Amino acid sequence: MGLALVLALIVAPEDADQGISQRIFYIHVPIALTAYFCFGLGAVKALLLLWRGDERYDLESYVAIHQGTIFGALTLITGAIWAKASWGVWWTWSSNQLVLFLVLFLFYCAYFMLRFSLEDGPRRARSSAVYALFGVALIPVSFLAIRLAEDFIHPTVFTRDGPQMSGSMFATFVVSWGAVTLLAYVLYRVELAGKRLDADLRELREALQ
Amino acid sequence: MSWSQEELVAAAYAVVFVFVLVYVAIIAAKLARLQRETAELVEMARARGGGDRAPDYAAPVSGARKRDIGAP
Repeated sequence: MGLALVLALIVAPEDADQGISQRIFYIHVPIALTAYFCFGLGAVKALLLLWRGDERYDLESYVAIHQGTIFGALTLITGAIWAKASWGVWWTWSSNQLVLFLVLFLFYCAYFMLRFSLEDGPRRARSSAVYALFGVALIPVSFLAIRLAEDFIHPTVFTRDGPQMSGSMFATFVVSWGAVTLLAYVLYRVELAGKRLDADLRELREALQ
Repeated sequence: MSWSQEELVAAAYAVVFVFVLVYVAIIAAKLARLQRETAELVEMARARGGGDRAPDYAAPVSGARKRDIGAP
């Protein structure tokens, strides 16, 4: 993370069009991609739960979606700050990608409402898994919306011709992406270990009482 | 209120930093709670065992305990 910060804030050259505000790209895009990845991982774990019936996938799916929601919130906040710097407004409803990402985020926020409105058990695990699988359909729509709708407000950096940036900018982006992915992985493992320990302690308490 | 470009860049990175910091603080609080609960359960196990010595989790892992916890 330290190396990514140094590269993003000091080493990477300033963008000719956007100036210093383009440096938000190195944190905003990796966070957005990590959010998509976490939601995708949550859906894969949900599929495994429905397929194999192993309850451990329920907790793994929940933690992945929780991480995705945190990174999703960060995507919206950093995106709003970048929008203010580039377009002069915090939010615009005319950009399909922004609106679709908000829909995706709210969809996964509703996942928690569904989950916590049901009693703990196989029914809750299955319902949550089905909901998580529905949500994953929104990811490619959100990701490709900018290209499908020819949205000219939100910038397209990665095109069929490759990344539209210099080599050092791309290297900075890759390091930042790696750092954010590693951070997400560590947070995922820590949260999962905490939740498992919590469940084990609860079980032990019930056995001792 | 008008924001300069530099302030907005700093704000974007600061928001991420604060989020991670809050997350780590929450995890630390949870870890402290789990430690308290573990201590309570050890006391409970001691009381149930009629004063028998509860397992010492601070002791070095060896032999049978290694197998119990799945350590290599």
